[in-house]
Amino acid sequence: MNANAPILPILIPLAAALLQMASGRLRFQRVVGLLATALLVLVTGWLTLLADDGLLRVYALGDWPAPFGIVLVVDRLAAAMTLLTAVLGFLVLLYASAGFDEEGIHFHPLFQFQLLGLLGAFLTGDLFNLFVFFEIMLLASYVLLAHGGGLTRTRAGISYVVLNLVGSALFLIALGLIYGTLGTLNLADVARVLTLPGYDRALARLAFALLITVFALKAGLLPLSFWLPHTYSAAGAPVAALFAIMTKVGIVAILRVQVIALEPVMPDLLDNWLTTLALATVAFAALGALAASRLHALVAWLVLLSAGTLLVTPAQASAEVSAAALYYLLQSTLAGAAFFLLAGLIAEQRGKAADQFLAGPPLPATWLKIAFLLAATTAAALPPFSGFVGKLMLLTTTRGVAAGPAIWVVVLISGFIVMAALARDGCALIWKHKAAGTPLPGRPVGWQRATATVLLIAAGPLLAIGARPLSDYAARTAAQLHAPGAYVTGVLGAGTTTGREAAP
Amino acid sequence: MNSNLLLLAIPGTAFAAFLLPLLLQRFGRVAATLAAAAVIGSCLALVLQLAPAVFAGETQLARLSWLPIYGLDLSLRMDGLGLLFSVLICGIGLLVVLYAFYYLPGSDRMGRFYSILLLFMAAMLGIVLSENLLLLLVFWEITSLSSFLLVAYSHDKYESRIGARMALAVTGGGGLALLAGILLLGHIAGSYELSVILAAGDQIRAHALYAPTLILILLGAFTKSAQFPFHFWLPNAMSAPTPVSAYLHSATMVKAGVFLLARLHPALGGTDAWFWLVSGTGAVTLVYSAATALFRHDIKGLLAYSTISHLGLITLLFGLDTPLSIVAGVFHIINHAIFKASLFMAAGVIDHECGTRDMRRVNGMFKRMPITASLAIIAASSMAGVPLLNGFLSKEMFFAETVGHPQFEAISWLLPLVATIAGMLAVAYSLRFVHDVFFNGEPIDLPRQPHEPPRWMRAPIELLVLLCLLVGVFPAWTVAPLLDVAAAATLQAPIPAFELALWHGFNRPLMMSLLALAGGVFIYALRGPLFAWQAQLPPLRPRTAFERVYRLFAAAARRVVAVLDNGSLQRYNALLFSFILLLGGWAFFSGPAATLRLPTQPAGEAAYIALFALLLGSMGGTLLYRKRLLAVTLVGVVGLVVALIFVRLSAPDLALTQLAVETGTIILMLLVLYYLPAREAPRSSASRLGRDLLLAFFAGGGMMLITLKMLAAPFATISGFYLREAVPGGGGTNVVNVILVDFRGFDTLGEVTVLAMVALASHALLERLVLTAPSHDSDGRPWSSEAHPLFLSMLVRPLLPLTLTVSVYIFLRGHNLPGGGFVAGLITSVALVVQYLANGNLFAQRRLPRNSAGLLSLGLLLAVGVGMASWLFGRPFLTTAHGHVSLPLIGEFELASAMIFDLGVYVVVVTVVVTVLSGLGRLSERAHSQEAVN
Amino acid sequence: MEVLLSIAIGVLTACGVFLILRSRTFPVLLGLTLLSYAVNLFLFASGRLRIDAPPLIRAGASYADPLPQALVLTAIVIGFGMTAYLAILALRALSESGADHVDAHREP
Repeated sequence: MNANAPILPILIPLAAALLQMASGRLRFQRVVGLLATALLVLVTGWLTLLADDGLLRVYALGDWPAPFGIVLVVDRLAAAMTLLTAVLGFLVLLYASAGFDEEGIHFHPLFQFQLLGLLGAFLTGDLFNLFVFFEIMLLASYVLLAHGGGLTRTRAGISYVVLNLVGSALFLIALGLIYGTLGTLNLADVARVLTLPGYDRALARLAFALLITVFALKAGLLPLSFWLPHTYSAAGAPVAALFAIMTKVGIVAILRVQVIALEPVMPDLLDNWLTTLALATVAFAALGALAASRLHALVAWLVLLSAGTLLVTPAQASAEVSAAALYYLLQSTLAGAAFFLLAGLIAEQRGKAADQFLAGPPLPATWLKIAFLLAATTAAALPPFSGFVGKLMLLTTTRGVAAGPAIWVVVLISGFIVMAALARDGCALIWKHKAAGTPLPGRPVGWQRATATVLLIAAGPLLAIGARPLSDYAARTAAQLHAPGAYVTGVLGAGTTTGREAAP
Repeated sequence: MNSNLLLLAIPGTAFAAFLLPLLLQRFGRVAATLAAAAVIGSCLALVLQLAPAVFAGETQLARLSWLPIYGLDLSLRMDGLGLLFSVLICGIGLLVVLYAFYYLPGSDRMGRFYSILLLFMAAMLGIVLSENLLLLLVFWEITSLSSFLLVAYSHDKYESRIGARMALAVTGGGGLALLAGILLLGHIAGSYELSVILAAGDQIRAHALYAPTLILILLGAFTKSAQFPFHFWLPNAMSAPTPVSAYLHSATMVKAGVFLLARLHPALGGTDAWFWLVSGTGAVTLVYSAATALFRHDIKGLLAYSTISHLGLITLLFGLDTPLSIVAGVFHIINHAIFKASLFMAAGVIDHECGTRDMRRVNGMFKRMPITASLAIIAASSMAGVPLLNGFLSKEMFFAETVGHPQFEAISWLLPLVATIAGMLAVAYSLRFVHDVFFNGEPIDLPRQPHEPPRWMRAPIELLVLLCLLVGVFPAWTVAPLLDVAAAATLQAPIPAFELALWHGFNRPLMMSLLALAGGVFIYALRGPLFAWQAQLPPLRPRTAFERVYRLFAAAARRVVAVLDNGSLQRYNALLFSFILLLGGWAFFSGPAATLRLPTQPAGEAAYIALFALLLGSMGGTLLYRKRLLAVTLVGVVGLVVALIFVRLSAPDLALTQLAVETGTIILMLLVLYYLPAREAPRSSASRLGRDLLLAFFAGGGMMLITLKMLAAPFATISGFYLREAVPGGGGTNVVNVILVDFRGFDTLGEVTVLAMVALASHALLERLVLTAPSHDSDGRPWSSEAHPLFLSMLVRPLLPLTLTVSVYIFLRGHNLPGGGFVAGLITSVALVVQYLANGNLFAQRRLPRNSAGLLSLGLLLAVGVGMASWLFGRPFLTTAHGHVSLPLIGEFELASAMIFDLGVYVVVVTVVVTVLSGLGRLSERAHSQEAVN
Repeated sequence: MEVLLSIAIGVLTACGVFLILRSRTFPVLLGLTLLSYAVNLFLFASGRLRIDAPPLIRAGASYADPLPQALVLTAIVIGFGMTAYLAILALRALSESGADHVDAHREP
């Protein structure tokens, strides 16, 4: 089975979706979905353990070797990302199975397809196949976004869809350029060919600029990020929580392409502009958080903020920074998702006030207040939780780099803004009551949603406690990531001569 | 090692047990109180366990590794300074617990209060015992957070919430500055461990980053210790319950800032920058807030400002930066903690008894509560620096230090003058507190009838006041040892010779003290005119100012966001295109010089005709997009031309697919068109039009250029492999099809998944959707009321079997000749859709499968199943096998397992197309039935 | 030949971009369709242009590059799916913003 381990994270959600499509009964779909995602957690966890031996696991689909066939490539990064996706997916699905999935049809298969797209995007080593998985991921997200109905969702959906369709067209152009210039589509082979003479450099540069643009659109880089707050704040709580990892797909893709393909031959391609725009994104997101009038929307801005923070890292091209970025990615994803779920619960308990920052009926349950405190502390990157640890790592590792001072100023000041905003909005949400301070008979939370939310929020403290093993794994991951040579030979096999020949 | 465990246990216990009161409160507030007291008591016991070693001059360290790579470890340090502060924190903590039990209303179950208080105390212990500066910062911010919760304890009051937010904003914000400063400091010193940093003083002071480091760290210290101009949060934090004020705002939290000054003094001190920044800030704070205190009518307000001014005094002492001034600073920390805590508690008693703290109404309390009054008077005198009390001693040392300070050769009179004035003011406000509250005639309409508080509520005050006296009279026997070790730890050097005694003879400091006393009395005598003068000054309301500033920023943020993001998709697209053009252009031209040589392949006139048709179609469609039917037709023409291009350029499969998809797209668009309202799209403004044309022009031009350049560029490709392997490896002569179902079958699997999702989406989005069908088309012609013309259905019906056979043929030959599951599927579905158009929904429904989702899963299952089957042969997913088969009519052909995969594709495609299109069509059925109803 | 194709791609792109920048969903739909034509042609062209050389294995023939053709096929199909989804979404938006639908009033 070890041999087939890399494909399992893709086949499990696919199989689950097939079963769920075969029978429309909700209970059945729930059971299948939860079992499948639980299994997925186990499998990806096992995969992560396997990957920690530092070897590259290459899975040749259809038994056709790279670069001719499509290969899945499992290194520490890919494995860790699949595990993160699986854990997030399981908890979010648990939350959604408490009634959210009844607000429309086909929620469960689409959820599995969403996971399928995410996992495939993390695992594949072939650029065109990456495009295919992006499309799967996006289409699923389009429909999940609309789940539950409402004009806001549909409107947000249209901008989101159209922008991403343009993005897909751009992706294809980039792929056309890459193939038309380098004659291959496998990332490792592309990296290899880039180091050889005999291709049009200008076109290659253009191709990768376009490719990075596509990823930046997904990752939410200013000025391509305007869709993100609208989309995320329109989505239902569990959907938004799952979306918290979608921006990360773009970021990981940028990181990979940058390190494996660009760094050796065109290291200047991301210079200056990416870091600058990323910092602008952070500042913009902080302002958005300050301006937000609903908790759900505020969290959407926080997701954008973390995306911007992460986008600062690829251009630094340093293993230390990447390691810090990986921990930050892990913690910010879970923290964002947790906050989305919590916002959903709080909104239900406050009647008409919902999650707006207005005086409303007091929350019936104390644990919701404590949960908010934890979530807010983590999100504001205050000690002692994972948010702070992640920020500390980033600040420490960017101390040396050229853009260091700028990064420090922006990150620290935006952190201050977020803290002030959360303090005020938290006061309004939790403590400011209408004259009649009696709790409303809100919809019961139920054990599934409580468990999911609590576990995700507990990630804040837990990731801080486990900071050492996690950061060590992140360091190993970054080290492996920043050894592009090993990746290329690992995928193509040592001593490959060119698989390419002049066109017939 | 053993002691190390003890050391770790001190904050450890507190953190481990801080929730205890909350858990025990169900057994009543006594249980909660006892729990809190027990926790603090055990912490104190642990501290005292370590005391002997400290007095023996050892510095004890303990370390647990947490995040070594980033220098963040749980490493603690117990030295004199730490000991002094831990004793203060635990000791006063105990008293506060006892006091709060009586202060808070009996309705309060107190679990929450004590738990937050313990959390705060734990963090405070952490600060003073940290060896690692990052760890210190962690605790630092936890104190900010917990103090936020404590100040907002009665959170239904606006004052509490806003006061808490100010405290958090200022101290938390200072914490961020401190974080930056510490990171720099660690960068300079190469470690965050105090023992390293304190030893690296010279290296640090010499470093280029010294100035920013110093400023950032001082920001942290000054915000926490409420130094001017960051002082305003402290008076507003007085909305906290008085026990909290007595604890946080006199003894502990506000002392964290000066503690940090003391801690880092050996590393950062001894420079002009340090001297001017620290002593300057201290001096200003000292005088300014002493003056302000005099004018506060609220007792707690007066005490708050006096606290600020005493913190300024301590800061000034650390800034003066002579060994003795440091000693004096440490000493004053102790004394201030003692008398100020007791004063706050006394103020709480008065508040508790009178129901107000306004000194214009609270008078003549001496008659009503003589004991409390006498205690408060003693404490206040200590605050004023009256002899025989501890406050006097440290103030004397302070005066002594101000006289003839080395840095002030030129203006040697200035510092003593400042000190004396501050002294006078201190005397004045102390006097005001004493006189107004306890004498000064009778109280004015108090809400309650005041009398002595419960016995045990007074006990803490009595104890503290007793300490004031003991320290004041017998300093050498009481405080001296503790002070010595603390001062030594602060200086990181042997302490200078000094004598703690009441009487140093008639020297300058004594004169200054007497002058201060006299002057203070004089100022207080002038209070009438002074208050009158102050009353006509413009009022300062930091609370409202803070909120207004916050609102201002929030509004500004809203405006910025709104300006940048107007929610218009058009702008998003324009931004995206511009971004692509700019970045792409930069990347393209910033590289090696880009040369363009035209490739030349002969083009027949057919090609020109095709191009012409394509231009006509696309441009026409674009210009006439308001004539929507026409536009669709023209776009259809373009699609056909594209198909022809594929034929011409030897891509028959593409041509077939393009044709089939084209048909689907057109039908789709016509259906959409049928519903979309016919209103004219608004004309875009000229500028908008110009922008769009420009973008379009550059995008098109760019694509044209890079196409030319690409076609001319050198090219070597991997696809020779496919041509070689197609027959032997893939078992098919149609290489494209073999790639689709075999070499890159995984892509195709993903592709059919996408299609399946589209079907699901159309279900999910179109269910319960009702659209009113327009009775006229966009050009005003009425739609034919006859839904399905008879001749058409007659004509089309026999076509069905025919097209189906064709599609089977196309499917089977697909592996070797143009065709395959995909095209076949599209043909079939188009045939079905035509049937549906001609014969209407019911006819189609009868012939369509019920559960399309099931069919989809069947199709996908075929694809996945055949892929997994290869596992049985120990091969990876999607590995194929093939062999010869011969059928009549179609003849000899290769049958590959990949064809089962292809069959799956076929099923999915048919299901999807039919589901989507008929789904859209069904809307019209509903719409018509609606019309029938209306 | 190459020049003609380049012009065709350029024009299709330009028209597509212009239509995508319109304010109504229908022209945007048209624009995306045109853009996808351009993209498909471009992707196809990345394998260079060959006349009378379909990649069908037969004796002594020369072949056009089959890989881009396969890619374009996938792209066409995915593009079709996406267009279909956008159309559906547009109709839903229409029906929801139209006052005859409950969802138009219930905002999340």
